[in-house]
Amino acid sequence: MIETEFTPLASTLGGALIGLASVLLMWLRGNVFGATGILAGFLQPSSSTDWSWRAALLAGMLTGPLVYLSLTGGFPEIQVPVSTLSMIVGGLIVGVGVTYGSGCTSGHGVCGMARFSPRSIVATLTFMAGTALMVFLTRHVIGL
Amino acid sequence: MKLFLTYVVGLVFGLGISISGMANPAKVLNFFDFAGTWDPSLAFVMGAALLVAAPGYVLVFKREKPVFAENFKLPGTRLIDRKLVLGSFTFGIGWGLAGFCPGAALPVISTGNPSVLIFTASMVAGLFLARWVIANTARRRDLAQAN
Repeated sequence: MIETEFTPLASTLGGALIGLASVLLMWLRGNVFGATGILAGFLQPSSSTDWSWRAALLAGMLTGPLVYLSLTGGFPEIQVPVSTLSMIVGGLIVGVGVTYGSGCTSGHGVCGMARFSPRSIVATLTFMAGTALMVFLTRHVIGL
Repeated sequence: MKLFLTYVVGLVFGLGISISGMANPAKVLNFFDFAGTWDPSLAFVMGAALLVAAPGYVLVFKREKPVFAENFKLPGTRLIDRKLVLGSFTFGIGWGLAGFCPGAALPVISTGNPSVLIFTASMVAGLFLARWVIANTARRRDLAQAN
């Protein structure tokens, strides 16, 4: 386990930008800013026009950390307290879960919750409960 | 111009993820570790995102249509079913195991961090697997109905 510093200011600023991006995408194109949906439509596009805006959005997302690098002199901190096996299995489970659940933290947790969608509120509470349960099991029961 | 502005919107999101700490698995997992090394930061990410997005959406939905499109594309279903709940719970299990969620992992691919690359490759595999299973199940059901 790694202790991490409480960062209320940075987290508030970052969260506000995430919220702003969601509003801008709805205002400009009328789309939900859900990472799951954007990625799925990018990998299996329904048409070339539907693909190009997703590619542009993803390219912008990838540029974010580079702008962060130019502003702060370093990449955002990525500390990994779990094994490579946990990354592989976790990634696989996330991919399956978000497909069946029709969304993730950005789609349900921010965009859906922001328009008070009951479906997204249920989804968000459910995945947060799953995450908390898994963290409790791996850290305090199994001791992974 | 449309694509450039879309690119800028993606950039705002990617910068937000970078600043927020959402792409740091140690921080994410600590948020959920109430019984251990708890770090409440992520509540501020979610709270701030909602405080901006909720009133922002109210303003946007006052318009008849988006700037570059004919209509707002919102999910057609309002159904709260087993698929939504079990899928979301499954996602939570994976998030709790790896510490990355899709929206946080995608932007930081550009850092070249090996853990992010491994997670994303696995996630894409899971995504294709689930879509393949869903498509196959639907086809088999259609065939059964046709017979």
